[in-house]
Amino acid sequence: MEIKMLDLTKIFISKDKREVHAVDHVDLTIPSGKLIGLLGPSGCGKSTTLYLIAGLLRQNVGQIYFGEDEVSDMPPEKRGIGLVFQNYALYPHMTVRENILFPLENLKVDKVEAKERTIEMANLVGLGEMLDRKPKELSGGQQQRVAIARALVKKPRVLLLDEPLSNLDARLRLQTREEIKRIQRETGITTVFVTHDQEEAMSISDEIVVMKDGVIQQMGEPQHVYDHPQNLFVAQFLGTPQINVFNGVIKNKKIFVNDMLISKTDLPDQPVKIGVRPEGFIVDLEKKSDFKFEIDLVETIGRDTTLIIEVPGNEGGLLDKITFKAIVDASLKIKAGDWVHFNVKPEKMHLFDLEGKLLK
Amino acid sequence: MLILMIVFTFYPLINAFVISFYKDYLPLANDGAGSITGYTFANYSVILKNQLFWQSLKNTFVLALVSVPVSILISLFISVALKSIPKLKGFFQTVFFLPYVTNGIAVGMAFAVMFHRDYGLFNLILGWFNISPIDWIGGTASWWAQMGALMIFTIWESLAFKILVFTSGLQNIDKQYYDAAKIDHATKWTIFKRITVPLLSPLILYISITSMIGALKAYNSVIGLFGEKLGGQPYSMITIVAFVYKYRSDFSFQGFYSYAASAAIILFFITLIFSLIQTTVSKKRIHY
Repeated sequence: MEIKMLDLTKIFISKDKREVHAVDHVDLTIPSGKLIGLLGPSGCGKSTTLYLIAGLLRQNVGQIYFGEDEVSDMPPEKRGIGLVFQNYALYPHMTVRENILFPLENLKVDKVEAKERTIEMANLVGLGEMLDRKPKELSGGQQQRVAIARALVKKPRVLLLDEPLSNLDARLRLQTREEIKRIQRETGITTVFVTHDQEEAMSISDEIVVMKDGVIQQMGEPQHVYDHPQNLFVAQFLGTPQINVFNGVIKNKKIFVNDMLISKTDLPDQPVKIGVRPEGFIVDLEKKSDFKFEIDLVETIGRDTTLIIEVPGNEGGLLDKITFKAIVDASLKIKAGDWVHFNVKPEKMHLFDLEGKLLK
Repeated sequence: MLILMIVFTFYPLINAFVISFYKDYLPLANDGAGSITGYTFANYSVILKNQLFWQSLKNTFVLALVSVPVSILISLFISVALKSIPKLKGFFQTVFFLPYVTNGIAVGMAFAVMFHRDYGLFNLILGWFNISPIDWIGGTASWWAQMGALMIFTIWESLAFKILVFTSGLQNIDKQYYDAAKIDHATKWTIFKRITVPLLSPLILYISITSMIGALKAYNSVIGLFGEKLGGQPYSMITIVAFVYKYRSDFSFQGFYSYAASAAIILFFITLIFSLIQTTVSKKRIHY
């Protein structure tokens, strides 16, 4: 089921009576049968968007369509959604079976059929053996899966997950996100999940939607968004370690940082912000490159070496003191205190104007 | 704290137990030291043969067994209803809590006026429906009418504290359970039955035990509503505690003190048994 949002706006009144546009004129189409990650820092409006789709919040302006069906003014129970809450909201006094059965009982599904569907659903999420346990007797990951089973058992048109992995420890998180991906693929249900963890979103989503201040910054396949950020915010939000940002200038089709020549461009002369991914540096062994720094710290983890370089602030060139990271091959055996010359991979470098807009 | 408990709680309790076995106890003889002629079980057998004691048992049991569940149900509904009107909640909370801070006997007197056969509010309202006036609490009142009046008064008076406890209990239930239930197509009644009540069950148990104990000790309400006669006809609405008081202050014959003590001890064990039954029965139904 395709989800379409048109001009969707949700305004909250803050404590000091100011209007806060939690979701600000959002136009978004979520393709049918895909797993979509709504991604952004806390307070960016991603959860509000999810709750608007669910119908637990009502928009001030705009429409929501599920396929051809307008659901803008429908109460949540009429929309045919399954929602998994951040803390799962499993009914603590009911067993796993009763939890999954609850929506079917309310829908007055035939008892025999309801029983079968419950067991089928429990098997799908891998909890067939745990049907008679109470939620508190399960691990966080298992509770999560019960919540998914409860959301899916009524065969919703859309599955919504609110920060599905944030309450799990690191190991379970990896496991559960694979599990979510598998369940989504097996059921083929259009799924939207909200997260502030870019790695999580990038690893399982078919497409990600990056939000900030209630506005959609960019939507697309995770790798595409990572490789082609449309603004500085998206570039900085995706990727660990973060993208390095230098203040520089374009003069005569040459890009300078601190009077060091980095690269060439066709853009007109102007001050720029230069984003370079940590993996975008190549060590110039011939030391011809103008772009050179003294290394402050070297961290080697496995096959990668991270060089940490502190650049003191000065006037004219790099305005602010910055620390930047470069990931290079461990076999280079670079030590702290060495001077290293860098070349920059053009596809890993992005140029933005001072407002953070991508320069093309 | 422990010393205070010993002086004011444990000692009187044990002493009452001992007194209930005294024979011919005269507490004021020998310049206040008291005199007895031995120990006996007779005090118990005497009150168990006393018609008035059985009357008090019957009144107390009927009052407790009806008023406690009914008032719990009503206060649950009111608390849930209050939750759905957040703007007026503060106002209504105050209104519902007023009886709690008002003296029971004064309220009882106010109710006595409302239950008056000729001028009372209740008969006035019944009159609108062409129901002829009922003598609720007067000399010709039937046992049922009197019990009805006492029941209405007791339930009304006990709502305040329950509503207070339940509303604060409801505030502690995570709103997400309600959102989840709504998405799961639950009706309001299903949500009440399957979500609210089970999640409040520890509080409901606490309230049912404490208010059962309170109801078994009913006395103020009877005095407030019926005065010292304890009923439309003397003693028709006597409760166990009223029975204890009556004998405690009846100086007309020897051993009255021990009768009162025996009745109090019987009440103690009845209360204990009720509480035990409630905890056992509820064990399977309480979800902590």
